[in-house]
Amino acid sequence: MSMDVEEMYQEIILDHYRAKHFSGLRDPYQAEVHHVNPSCGDEVTLRVHLTGGKIDDVSYDGQGCSISQASTSVMAGLVRDKSIDETLGLHDEFLAMMQSQGSVDSLGQNADELEDDLEDGIAFLGVAKFPARVKCALLGWSALKDAVIRAQADQGASQPNESEKVIS
Amino acid sequence: MTSELKDDVERIAGSDAEYPITDPRPTDTDGATIPFDVEAIRGDFPILDRTVGSYPLAYLDSANSSQKPQVVVETIDDHYLNHNANVARAMHMLGAEATEAYEGARSRIAGFIGAASSEEVVFTKNASEALNLCAYTLGSTLKPGDEIVISTMEHHSNIVPWQLACERTGATLRWFDVTPDGRLDLEKAAADNLINERTKIVSLVWVSNVLGTLNPVRQIADQAHAVGATMIVDGSQGVPQLPTRVADLGADLLAFTGHKMVGPTGIGVLWGRYDLLSEMPPFLGGGEMIEVVRMTGSTYAAPPHRFEAGTPPIAQAVGLAAAADYLETIGMDAIADHEQVITGYALQALQAVDGLTVLGPTELDATGRPVGRGGAISFTLDGKYGPIHPHDVAQFLDSRGVAVRGGHHCARPLHEAYGIQSSTRASFYLYTTTAEIDQLVDALAYTKAFFDK
Repeated sequence: MSMDVEEMYQEIILDHYRAKHFSGLRDPYQAEVHHVNPSCGDEVTLRVHLTGGKIDDVSYDGQGCSISQASTSVMAGLVRDKSIDETLGLHDEFLAMMQSQGSVDSLGQNADELEDDLEDGIAFLGVAKFPARVKCALLGWSALKDAVIRAQADQGASQPNESEKVIS
Repeated sequence: MTSELKDDVERIAGSDAEYPITDPRPTDTDGATIPFDVEAIRGDFPILDRTVGSYPLAYLDSANSSQKPQVVVETIDDHYLNHNANVARAMHMLGAEATEAYEGARSRIAGFIGAASSEEVVFTKNASEALNLCAYTLGSTLKPGDEIVISTMEHHSNIVPWQLACERTGATLRWFDVTPDGRLDLEKAAADNLINERTKIVSLVWVSNVLGTLNPVRQIADQAHAVGATMIVDGSQGVPQLPTRVADLGADLLAFTGHKMVGPTGIGVLWGRYDLLSEMPPFLGGGEMIEVVRMTGSTYAAPPHRFEAGTPPIAQAVGLAAAADYLETIGMDAIADHEQVITGYALQALQAVDGLTVLGPTELDATGRPVGRGGAISFTLDGKYGPIHPHDVAQFLDSRGVAVRGGHHCARPLHEAYGIQSSTRASFYLYTTTAEIDQLVDALAYTKAFFDK
């Protein structure tokens, strides 16, 4: 298991870690969430802005390991301009991949199909082999799902919806 | 780490500052009757022969949980296989044997820490439960205006129970800050009149699980006692490393845990002065802790049983006694000195890692031993593209067989004080070798090279 460590840290992951895409908190937004992983202290503040049923912007500010930061960076680029349904579908696909223990066979999709959907996100398949790190890869995605649902509920409301969540 | 504090840390680490810390350990380390032979000791710990991939295991996470010698595991096995029954209430041979083993363990632990009698030793499930016991029972008499004093370098288990006690009673929580070099800020505490006539409880860690700092417990206990406050000491890191004599330590209550001192998980200890324990109300209610139960009310057993509701951790107590015997056979003076030598070696070796900053005291004496600190070394590692996160560092070290802890080590406020989110910690024990430290340094160089690509 431990011999795979360099396989886990794919170049794509390191690229995103060194230069995070769409990083920083921006206005406007309809929902802001703060998610924390108490076991390691990683945290992310994430905002979502929806326009016409699509993700107009995902902006975030996070502190954490390369896996959690790179995963959030990949996610922010991937869901931009996607519909809400597509976005929640991608969340579920990424979640299933992370829960697969690194075996695509269990997912009912081949690796190419998965890569077509998740793009750079496929790089985290290797992380799924390390149970202790799955939560790192999911931090940003869980925050996204929470924020999208809140933004949807509050679309048109004058005050943004803000929440705190600690994942366990 | 904020650049300002980091500058301070570097400045102080490089200075020859004398710290006003009195080391409570005996200066005569020749008392050990058996020469300290790390390789022979390692032979008692089969787990240390494991490999991680092609690398030998270098277990540098003993501040988190220590490994267990064969004799501790065999003693627990023997108890379950040959003497198992409930204690104090089983009217048969095995019940008598189990009771004798359990109460015998209490007596062994009393001897290990120099308690006046075995009645001063309460078994809990861990150090956290021991500290919660203190916070509930002593805390029940607090009122608004009363003050509890802790420090920024406490483990969460010596912070949160006191925050809860303050919420229940309206008492105020105050604390010692830490200096950039990882000491309690005693000057600021004096200037702020931190310990004063309103102080009812002072609860302080003996040896920091993050910084390694050895705190001047005796000095602060004297201050606490001068204002009539009760002194509680978290000995979770101290008792496994240092010869412990409760009377010398100056504490009224001392909490520690079994699994960090080569004993099993599931057992902790609260030692208390008997007169103090006998004044404290019960903590958890149930069987074993009572005298007479009536539907209209109950009376309670005398200490220590007053604080041991329900079936206690019997096999764990037996295992803990075997652990104490094992440590005493090697000699706590010798174990403490080995820890000092290894820590000094590690502090020097880690200087070779570019971008590594040690949190906490780094000064060494003329013999290469650290000054006023124990064997937990936490650090940050800066790479070409910024700080390398401890989670990533720990993952890469693990791939080279080196087991460390990455995160906030249950001391988030301390990390916040240093302006960082988390750190990587290497910690040592009686079985740690200099070869393992070298393996750590090599693995850190590998980690840095990977992230600097």
